Amino acid sequence: MATVELRFSAQPEHVRTARLVAAAVARRSGVDEALLDEVRLAVGEACTRAVGLHRLNGVDLPVRVLLTEEEKKFSIEVGDEVPDEASGTAAARAEADDAAGRPHPSTPGSGEPGADDGDDDGQMGLAVISGLVDDVEVIAGPTGGSIRMSWPTTGPGDLP
Amino acid sequence: MDLSLSTRTVGDRTVVEVGGEIDVYTAPKLREQLVELVNDGSYHLVVDMEGVDFLDSTGLGVLVGGLKRVRAHEGSLRLVCNQERILKIFRITGLTKVFPIHTSVDEAVSATD
Repeated sequence: MATVELRFSAQPEHVRTARLVAAAVARRSGVDEALLDEVRLAVGEACTRAVGLHRLNGVDLPVRVLLTEEEKKFSIEVGDEVPDEASGTAAARAEADDAAGRPHPSTPGSGEPGADDGDDDGQMGLAVISGLVDDVEVIAGPTGGSIRMSWPTTGPGDLP
Repeated sequence: MDLSLSTRTVGDRTVVEVGGEIDVYTAPKLREQLVELVNDGSYHLVVDMEGVDFLDSTGLGVLVGGLKRVRAHEGSLRLVCNQERILKIFRITGLTKVFPIHTSVDEAVSATD
């Protein structure tokens, strides 16, 4: 069972909350202070990607964040509810739109990832995560995908 | 914390001072500012990131978009940043090769190449 579980509607404004909660639980679990910036950035990137996928595919379900204190490590799983096939379809559609010079109908220049000129469908976010985190796994499944990451801990109980 | 933006002109450069967090929620505000400046004819921008507490890939995307816009007018976009945690994300993504990154606004506004 996760130490802390967070579910939030797929809105950009909630990503910051997820970052703050994740960093607080990581600190509490004994993740080294020097690694907390990495935790914050990685969980933010993973949540941003999930929010983008939900919005791009019109999925009205919340994004899930599981924060788990384990023996000698702290793990985070960010899950989306977009089936592998659907996210592939969305990416393919976006690519086709790009090729045809059409604007993406579902990303009308709002706060969604991929809406800017640096359009990458979350690929830059994934690149940042893999550059930051040593232990990371990206899973795509028929009912949704997830990004699992973990960091070593110095052991709980160091903090009051 | 929200994003704060202020602009000032130094010679032929426009300095955009950014403060707070640049993420998926706040990045559109920065994008609008950069687009507006370019539309108004400011093609030599210096983005001062010293007051930025957090930057993610969405923010990087906006900066890359800004660079593309100014380059379309043979302009420039320089960054000012000394914070290791912010510089790290530029290094991870290889963008240190794309953006000139300076240690002070003075250095950035007087840079020519």
